[in-house]
Amino acid sequence: MDTLTALVLIGVLAVTSFVPRASFILWLHRVRIPGYVQRALRFIPAAVFTGLVLPQLVFVDGTVDVGLHNAKLVAGFVAVGVAGMTRNPLATIVAGMVVLHLARNFVGA
Amino acid sequence: MPGPQPSGSPCYHPPSLLGRRAHPALQPNKRTLLKSPNFLAGLRACLPVLPGVAAFGAISGVAMVGAGLSPWLAAVMSVVVFAGTAQLAALQLIAAGAPLGVIFLAGLILNLRFMLYSLSIAPHLQGLPARARWLAGYFLSDNGYAHTIARIASQPAAPGHDEYFMGACTAIWVTWETATIAGIAAGAGIPDSWSLEFVVVLTFTALAVASIRDRASAAAALAAGITAVVGVDLPFRLGLIAAAIAGVTAGVIAERWTH
Repeated sequence: MDTLTALVLIGVLAVTSFVPRASFILWLHRVRIPGYVQRALRFIPAAVFTGLVLPQLVFVDGTVDVGLHNAKLVAGFVAVGVAGMTRNPLATIVAGMVVLHLARNFVGA
Repeated sequence: MPGPQPSGSPCYHPPSLLGRRAHPALQPNKRTLLKSPNFLAGLRACLPVLPGVAAFGAISGVAMVGAGLSPWLAAVMSVVVFAGTAQLAALQLIAAGAPLGVIFLAGLILNLRFMLYSLSIAPHLQGLPARARWLAGYFLSDNGYAHTIARIASQPAAPGHDEYFMGACTAIWVTWETATIAGIAAGAGIPDSWSLEFVVVLTFTALAVASIRDRASAAAALAAGITAVVGVDLPFRLGLIAAAIAGVTAGVIAERWTH
């Protein structure tokens, strides 16, 4: 990629990542949000994080695979259990990675 | 930044980093922010996720160079843009010959979740001076937001949510940028067989579990998860946006039902 294209790309991406993040913090904070919207907002983390994770666990090569030979799904299940018990992200990540590699080596997925 | 004002004035609300509790002697500046116990608490709270952030940062550094960006431009992109998924998606799109307009749209959509975070965190950051809020706008990250909003939910009356946010985001930013530069330098040295990209999924798994506190938020997670899976083929990752809408709707309905 030539330098000019790369710089234009960086500029475009800078706008698309700064504007959404700064939107309410910098410019729209005077917009008063009704109480029921505020209460609804507390569901955003659970919704977005689960929405990010689940497709990456259940899809194998573009199709849904919920069998035990899906190593990512098995690792994800264990990670959910560890996260629920320990509330510790590092323990969750370590357990998940260990199970992922164990499952790949011993189950063959 | 306004100077000291008569503290006897009933209308005096200093735009202090330390919030309304601040004594006028503690006017906001970098030194008080960096030494603030809330800032340090935010930094510390992020320590457990830093290995995950570092892993994803290193992966995107490797991937940027792999996508044909020179190491210097990759480093500039990482610092200027600070949005891993959007960067990687844009490089894939440009390699596929997509026009800049499509990349612009895709970038906005991939970062739409930050607008939701921004909306949700903004009321807690209005005590920050304008310059710090510009930095906050640049800084806002999944992990920084998640940790701060968890603190606000569990200890609503605790002081300095804004400083805590800046501390958490600083920890994430420094780790991310350092790891990305390291990844750029390492090039393609990390073997694919390590599946380091899965660390990202596990990071979000931990965050998702931490955000499920009751039946209503569990309903939100369930609805969002199903929608994201069903909507995975929607263009421009609209599946995630649909999942967010479905999850919030389910949460609101579940809350009304249980009360």
